[in-house]
Amino acid sequence: MVPSWAFLALSAVLFTVGALGVLVRRNALIIFMSIELMLNSVNLAFVAFARQHLSIDGQVAVFFVLVVTAAEVVVGLALIVDIFRARETVDIDDVDLLRG
Amino acid sequence: MEWVVFLAAAVLAVGGSIGVVAARQPVHSAVSLLVVLVALAVTYLVLAAQFIAALQVIIYAGAIVVLFLFVIMLLHARSGEGLITKLPRQSAAAAIFAALYLAVLLLAAFGAAAPLRTPPEGFGTAQQVGELLFVTYLLPFQMAGVILLIGIVAAVVLGRRSPPGADEER
Repeated sequence: MVPSWAFLALSAVLFTVGALGVLVRRNALIIFMSIELMLNSVNLAFVAFARQHLSIDGQVAVFFVLVVTAAEVVVGLALIVDIFRARETVDIDDVDLLRG
Repeated sequence: MEWVVFLAAAVLAVGGSIGVVAARQPVHSAVSLLVVLVALAVTYLVLAAQFIAALQVIIYAGAIVVLFLFVIMLLHARSGEGLITKLPRQSAAAAIFAALYLAVLLLAAFGAAAPLRTPPEGFGTAQQVGELLFVTYLLPFQMAGVILLIGIVAAVVLGRRSPPGADEER
């Protein structure tokens, strides 16, 4: 049987790679996909803990994360398309009007 | 046997995640994301979460990645990154802090891990998840529907072409 630390370690690695993507990349679409990566790593941790505690609540939490992610992707992609229409770019370095 | 499946899925997931972050073209990122999502669905199966694994493939791979691909196609040619960055030292700083963060996360993960017991019959089936969802979590379930409705409305409002004459304010 695979121990639960293996799943949690995989989840930690995926989360870190996703965070690195958000910090390093400048293409808004790839940053958004990195955020999806982080959400998925958290889902994996939820499922691993649900298995470890033999409690199904963790899997229900994953269901709600999925719902919120779906709404988030729809709104986020609409925003990116809107920014692209207005400014002809998805490079976040070019979208810095709110920069202090 | 479980180890073989898990290790294959883990290698695919980590490789795919590096592909998401490192790919030059957004399309390659999206395909790598698809690999990660399917690999994670396999790990969910190893963790006795059949229903979540099915949801993962249907919602993530079937809907969200397709949405990403549509938007990438919509924006395709001019959707790259500029050559010069405004924050030249950010990559090095990000790598250092990501390494530290990974160390902290791994410590926490090893601290929280405990030996696994054999799951009872029917653990993680759609029936069990559904019962909890429609009894204990009924109100959050209804709220999830409202959130999705708000998402749809927001997408329609944001995606609407601005009426003629409103372009000056942009």
